[in-house]
Amino acid sequence: MVHQFDTVIVGSGGAGLYAALEASQQSKTAVLSKLYPIRSHTGAAQGGISAALGNVEEDKPEWHAFDTVKGGDYLVDQQAANILTEEAVQAVYDLENRGLPFNRTPEGRIDQRRFGGHTRNFGEGPVRRACYAADRTGHMILQTLYQQCIKNEVAFFDEFQVVDLLLDGTTTQGVVAVELATGELHVFAAKAVLFATGGFGRIFKITSNAYANTGDGPAVCARRGIPLEDMEFYQFHPTGIMGLGILISEAVRGEGGILRNREGERFMQRYSPTLLDLAPRDIVARSILTEIRAGQGIRGDRKIDDYVHLDATHLGKAVLSSKLPDITGFCKTYLGIDPAETPIPVLPTAHYAMGGIPTDVHGRVIMDGTGTIVRGLYAAGECACVSVHGANRLGTNSLLDLVVFGRRAGQHIGDYVKQADMPQPNATAADEARAFIDRLTDGSSGPHGGHITDEMQTTMMEKVGIYRNQKEMQAAVDDIQALRQRYRSVRVQDTAKPFNTDLLEIIELGNLLDLSLLTAAAALDRRESRGAHSREDFPARDDDNWLKHSLAYLEGDTVRLDYKAVDTSIWEPKPRTY
Amino acid sequence: MNIILNIQRYNPDVDDAPHFKEYEVEVGPNQRLLDALMQVKRFQDGSLGFRKSCAHGVCGSDAMRINGKDGLACKTLIKEVAQKDGDTVTLEPLRYMPVQRDLIVNQAEFFKKYRSVKPFLINDESVAEKERIQSQDERMQFDDTTNCILCASCYSACPVLQDNSDFLGPAAIAQAYRFIADTRDRGFGERLAVLDQVDGVWPCQNHFKCTQSCPRSILITKRINQTKRLIEKHKQKKGDN
Repeated sequence: MVHQFDTVIVGSGGAGLYAALEASQQSKTAVLSKLYPIRSHTGAAQGGISAALGNVEEDKPEWHAFDTVKGGDYLVDQQAANILTEEAVQAVYDLENRGLPFNRTPEGRIDQRRFGGHTRNFGEGPVRRACYAADRTGHMILQTLYQQCIKNEVAFFDEFQVVDLLLDGTTTQGVVAVELATGELHVFAAKAVLFATGGFGRIFKITSNAYANTGDGPAVCARRGIPLEDMEFYQFHPTGIMGLGILISEAVRGEGGILRNREGERFMQRYSPTLLDLAPRDIVARSILTEIRAGQGIRGDRKIDDYVHLDATHLGKAVLSSKLPDITGFCKTYLGIDPAETPIPVLPTAHYAMGGIPTDVHGRVIMDGTGTIVRGLYAAGECACVSVHGANRLGTNSLLDLVVFGRRAGQHIGDYVKQADMPQPNATAADEARAFIDRLTDGSSGPHGGHITDEMQTTMMEKVGIYRNQKEMQAAVDDIQALRQRYRSVRVQDTAKPFNTDLLEIIELGNLLDLSLLTAAAALDRRESRGAHSREDFPARDDDNWLKHSLAYLEGDTVRLDYKAVDTSIWEPKPRTY
Repeated sequence: MNIILNIQRYNPDVDDAPHFKEYEVEVGPNQRLLDALMQVKRFQDGSLGFRKSCAHGVCGSDAMRINGKDGLACKTLIKEVAQKDGDTVTLEPLRYMPVQRDLIVNQAEFFKKYRSVKPFLINDESVAEKERIQSQDERMQFDDTTNCILCASCYSACPVLQDNSDFLGPAAIAQAYRFIADTRDRGFGERLAVLDQVDGVWPCQNHFKCTQSCPRSILITKRINQTKRLIEKHKQKKGDN
């Protein structure tokens, strides 16, 4: 079946929905989502969305921008960070005006709290910048945007999995998608396509990410020749529930929670004397691992799955129930403990991709190191790389990113489609996607995806995790290549057409394998330590050689790496201490 | 321990009617029921159909009937439903919605009812300040209803829907309350047409099954009753005039 729209938006999390709201006012717009829209992982974001409102103490967008740049270890494009933090203020007011139920100050204004790496006056001390709705801020943003889409009658195609991008040279023609309900392929011809497919934390064994976070947008783009930017920078959130990886918000520390080792020591005072437990995530995650390796984990056995305590017992039941109710619930459900009485056992968990599809500040996809735009192709949210997160994202800046840049992309699309011609994909447009699916479902016998998934996630967790080195990353690249080889003979076990979730998962696994390869290869190539990329064999940041963004091209079975400059037009890179 | 998952299967292409199939899985008491389902899916039978995503109770994808009670597979621990080797856990799709495949149901009607209550802030007044002012107490009036993840557990649990499939249902009413109890909203009149009709709020008979099933601990029955009272108050006021 062939559809025609001015605009097709792939993904219905915060970035996709905000873009849809804007684009649908000016163009015929369809939102394709492999889930029901309100199931997206934006809904799992907990702690807050930062904006220098100054509702509880003095704050400025400029301070926020500086924190973002320093937090990203100077790999952030600085003018983009300025746009992010200046537009943050109105973005938060817009969400409130559209119904978002923020927590309130005694004066009835939006309340704000502390978060890691957010400071006053260029690093003097923590500042209250994170606007929040209990510990369900992402849920409320997703709900509010979905509610607005209902109000504005945005057209949704629920449970459509995008499998290919149609390009004519450097002009977008649309996408090909599988309809889960029927198994049929659909071609969506469109003047503009926006990818807003979220993250790909499922390349790792222990992650805060949903099963759905399989990086479908970046993988589809990579296979069509678009490079992925800064893939070596993957954030491990310091505090996931031990063993499960479920996120325990940084807001616990924002409200005063303390990380402790087996001696009960507040060990962050040794690693980050000024910001303590509210240092940026890369630093806190490394500190936890360093403690565990030194035998200071709670068990003290130096094993990779030893853990530390996040102590919130002194916060009191009132604070926990009014400001951190979901966290309290997760601890009760999954650990059987009350955080008001017992410290929470935590370990770093794979959380957020700083890298992704390269874009400019309008969300337009850039296909090389010289700034060539792919006409009509856009990306926003976690799947994109603007880059406002550089080598390490600050907490709360992800929700901000998707709101600010989702909206900017939607507005730009609205203008673009007015002067663009409707593309006419030819009759063979879906042939490659069809051949791929026909092969998976041809009835011949082959391995199933389950074991390949398991091995991929274990390899990436053990060899391309928080601490990295040449030998292990090379082994990871080799392992992933072998798994990609095995993937070629994978077949579905489910032979039915309607709701073939087996087929869906195998398509997702293919995406994860490609993104694992790009991540491992980009990490292997960067011979320095910066932000979330920590190399034991190159422990120092090296601005002379490596103050540049990577661009990883997937060319068949090989990865070609190129680089492009970082915008450092406002702040000179300095040593990063907290 | 090894437990048995007794799962309702249905493939519309080949099955005349749903049937049950058993799977044996090895699980720990603190694992999620969803972990057991994933074990089947990945290592035993790829054809098993169910929805899932966040795996920690915030996205609403994996609501199903678990030993006859509605809830989320990712928020149900094995120890809550099986205590020893050989125990059986029966899994069925949610009720009142057409089964599309195995544990997957068509939620179109559920979402249609949700959309009918205009679940968005209605207020055309210009904003005097940068944000609309609201006290924390006012915000807490509707706090729990904002937690709804539209998983439809309450809908499947509701005994009223058994006999009256046109009933608006607990989730839609709770979401209407979320807005009419919000001091910033002006849409009560617009929503009245949907709420104050024979299949609107009135069929609810306080069975409390919705409240008991809600994985987000929303006091749904109470919110339905508050909605009824707001409607009565509104009509009384109108009558007085």
